[in-house]
Amino acid sequence: MKFTRRDVIRTTAGAAVAGALGSRFVGSSAFAQEGLTYKPEEGAKLRLLRWSPFVQGDEDQWLKNTKRFTEATGVDVRVDKESWEDIRPKAAVAANVGSGPDLMLVWFDDPHQYPDKLLDVTELGDYLGKKYGGWHDGPKQYATREGKFLGLPLATIGNAIVYRESWVKEAGFSEFPKDTAGFLELCKALKAKGHPAGFTHGHGVGDGNNYAHWLLWSHGGQMVDEAGKVTINSPETLKAIQYAQELYKTFIPGTESWLDVNNNRAFLAGEVSVIANGISVYNTAKVNKDKDPKLTEIAKDMRTTNMPIGPVGKSVELYQVTTAVIFGYTPYPNAAKAYLQFMFEDPQMSDWITSSAGYCCQTLKAFDSNPVWKADPNNAAYAKASATLRPNGYAGPLGYASAATMADYVLVDMFAKAVTGQATPQEAMEEAEKRANRYYRV
Amino acid sequence: MAVPSVAVQRRPSFLSRLAESRNTLGLGFMLPAAALLLVFLTYPLGLGVWLGFTDTRIGRPGIYIGVENYEYLWSDSVFWLSVFNTLLYTVSASTLKFMLGLWLALILNEKLPFKSFFRAVVLLPWVVPTVLSAIAFWWIYDSQFSILSWALQQMGLIDHRINFLGDPTNARASVIAANVWRGIPFVAITLLAGLQTIPQSLYEAATLDGASRWQLFRHVTLPLLTPIIAITMTFSVLFTFTDFQLIYVLTRGGPVNATHLMATLSFQRGISGGQLGEGAAIAVAMIPFLLAAILFSYFGLQRRRWQQGGGD
Repeated sequence: MKFTRRDVIRTTAGAAVAGALGSRFVGSSAFAQEGLTYKPEEGAKLRLLRWSPFVQGDEDQWLKNTKRFTEATGVDVRVDKESWEDIRPKAAVAANVGSGPDLMLVWFDDPHQYPDKLLDVTELGDYLGKKYGGWHDGPKQYATREGKFLGLPLATIGNAIVYRESWVKEAGFSEFPKDTAGFLELCKALKAKGHPAGFTHGHGVGDGNNYAHWLLWSHGGQMVDEAGKVTINSPETLKAIQYAQELYKTFIPGTESWLDVNNNRAFLAGEVSVIANGISVYNTAKVNKDKDPKLTEIAKDMRTTNMPIGPVGKSVELYQVTTAVIFGYTPYPNAAKAYLQFMFEDPQMSDWITSSAGYCCQTLKAFDSNPVWKADPNNAAYAKASATLRPNGYAGPLGYASAATMADYVLVDMFAKAVTGQATPQEAMEEAEKRANRYYRV
Repeated sequence: MAVPSVAVQRRPSFLSRLAESRNTLGLGFMLPAAALLLVFLTYPLGLGVWLGFTDTRIGRPGIYIGVENYEYLWSDSVFWLSVFNTLLYTVSASTLKFMLGLWLALILNEKLPFKSFFRAVVLLPWVVPTVLSAIAFWWIYDSQFSILSWALQQMGLIDHRINFLGDPTNARASVIAANVWRGIPFVAITLLAGLQTIPQSLYEAATLDGASRWQLFRHVTLPLLTPIIAITMTFSVLFTFTDFQLIYVLTRGGPVNATHLMATLSFQRGISGGQLGEGAAIAVAMIPFLLAAILFSYFGLQRRRWQQGGGD
């Protein structure tokens, strides 16, 4: 009996469904969906450009899954990687010149910057959504535009408070405060004990933006309203800035120069007691490649929890969202879709989330029950990242203006300028308003 | 009767005349270079200038919008801050590079033991890729782990770490220092080459006339070195003005845009922010400054009267 490619794909998809039925990690929601198959083009070869991993297990599993796909379909997939901050310019160039990798794992609003250059994967997005209990809304917003999937929401990189438990107790707090007022008191007490906090006020794409958005949103401020009108100059923003000023006084000096890696370094060296970061900082300490006894002690003392809740009364955070896109210029659209389908199906996706050790939060609800979130108590703070995230440029539409405003560090600079005393809160707000208006074209 | 033979001088063919024509050959030899310049220099430059007049965004072809990008930039405080930073960075770093480079060149021009070794060592900062040296400086300037802060603290000279990249003034000084460290070898080695072309007899004659060391330098070395200085400093200013890597690695333009140069802002707006038109406009806005630097060098520093120590 001769197997055609179509048979192989069908078998693979069938196996995936079968795997799902006896699934280890996914919920029991509708798996009786009709299968979707893509027949890769004759002689298809794919090239994927992804971000360099922060947790080695992520890359190892991604490559393993890719190998499984190649074995199942005969389609060779070359996986290249770049530093995560270099993905945006590379994707921009690829979209603009119409040449480059067939697929890319991009960040934030990237798909909304060049929607016409991306392959429509609505069919696949709908299929996966129906099969795996639906997409989490936040990541879905980054990947969809006017009801169409520009890419598939791959993962949310959660951000949470990482702290030294013994120092928090030493400061007189038996548990980590849940609200912003208590958090400020804790940071003051920690500073008094010689264990300052440290949050990024510099041009760190991830940490700088996460912190600035949390400050703003937790106090009810927003960059724009639903219609895209700039509303940053508001009493809520003023309160956020005033809070940031107080908090800044408890920081280790130099946070206004911090880029993405500085807080990790300072924390792991025992210089600061509280930071906000992805789980990668904990994993670095836990894995402890060099078997440094000091780091082992730090890892034992590390705890994670969600960012404190501000006057808005609920958890609102930016996080980093990555989306898998296929460029329209690929000569092998079916192979690319088949690849993404394979990578998103169970057990591939389950294995990948597990191996990412809490760094990559699932975007499909059926994977919420992945055991990784209970494997280590410190993973729990990152489990609901996809469910609680608020997209960039809230409450306005995603697109060129939201991306440009973030890329120009308008919000990060607003807080940094006020906390360092280079401007009054009012002046900082007005300047941010002016800068944002340039992108929202007022 | 023998017929006298007449040597018939045949007129050379058109092709052979073409092959022997100096003008044609010259043109032929220049064509590859001209093609390279056109494709890799003129076209991108022209495209950049054109993009500056459009609202092109990534993934979306723009339309002609006249000088709107420039109007936006005119009222943009961050752009003007980047212009100020770029001028400060270029003037300070170039001046320091010139002074230290000339000083180093004069030392290396003396009779030193292991002269070749020292000359090779001096080149090292220039040879190391900028990104690598920038990463080294990133550690040197780290707000928590700076070896400079540590050493000064150990010596009891300071009681707290220096906020190298967090304070706007410190940050500007720090990136200038890093640029100077990297740029000195180029200036020093080029000026050293110039120093070696100055005939020894001029120094001997001046010495016989009773010239002091300073007078030797002021009236022999400096005038004869001026053409080389003009070329070297033109290049140095151009490299400094268009610097990108150091800032990108060290500060990303922070803190609060205090170290943003026009080149880094152009990248931030054009590529990261997706506004190719505005990014191009910022890059184009650098051209007048660069032209001014070149014109100053060619029509100023190279004037014979200046070189001979005279005024205008």
